Amino acid sequence: MDDKVLVEYIFTIIHGNYEIAGDASSSIKKILKHMDMDRAFIRRVSIACYEVEMNMVIHSMGGKIRLEILSDGVIIIAQDNGPGIPDIENALKDGYSTASEEVLSRGFGAGRGFSNIQLNSDKFYIYSEVGKGTKLELHFKHKNL
Amino acid sequence: MKTREICKLLNAQVLAGEDLLDNEIESAFGSDLMSDVLTFANGRMALLTGLNNPQVIRTAEMSDVPLIIFVRGRTPSQEVINMASERNICILATEFIMYEACGTLFKAGLLPCTRLL
Repeated sequence: MDDKVLVEYIFTIIHGNYEIAGDASSSIKKILKHMDMDRAFIRRVSIACYEVEMNMVIHSMGGKIRLEILSDGVIIIAQDNGPGIPDIENALKDGYSTASEEVLSRGFGAGRGFSNIQLNSDKFYIYSEVGKGTKLELHFKHKNL
Repeated sequence: MKTREICKLLNAQVLAGEDLLDNEIESAFGSDLMSDVLTFANGRMALLTGLNNPQVIRTAEMSDVPLIIFVRGRTPSQEVINMASERNICILATEFIMYEACGTLFKAGLLPCTRLL
């Protein structure tokens, strides 16, 4: 994808706040709609971004999601403030979950998140260090741009 | 199938989107797992669920789901209803349990939603 970022937006994600969980993804969806990108593309980005945001609300100590708009696609970078993922290989497996009963009762934490993120993005990178945090980078290529 | 017909079949109450009852719905998916909904949602789909928190509306918003049906007498808070209204999402509430609601719609010809990327 083109490496020149045309515009970027940054959103703050707060741990454990389920009332506003999804606000960042909702704003990102609105921005992409406003830019007249096609519906299927917006849906892919929105679904992956929402899974990332919920993961951060549930598991992290908060962090930031950055949306970068390029001439031929979109990049989402999510950087949290910890605690980091001790076993990335297992965390990426479909069905693997460390979520609490409370999270499960909200309809999340069934271990589908990472699978769904990978299903909807064109490229997916994850870096994590216990005690420091986790960084995710998702690339979405827009065919018509 | 029109939303209005779904409403009648489930003897449901309209909580949001009175003006959206003539919208066509192509398929349905029943689940309390929002990640499953995010995986399978496709087209103009109805989501049947027993969960009534804001994440249900967010999930519908992200996956372009135009109709949410709350089953087994579950009704969301006014705040959740307002969230749906602001996003042009229709909300119905039925006393039917999930099994009965899904069975009724399936029998009436509404197809199951399966997503093929």
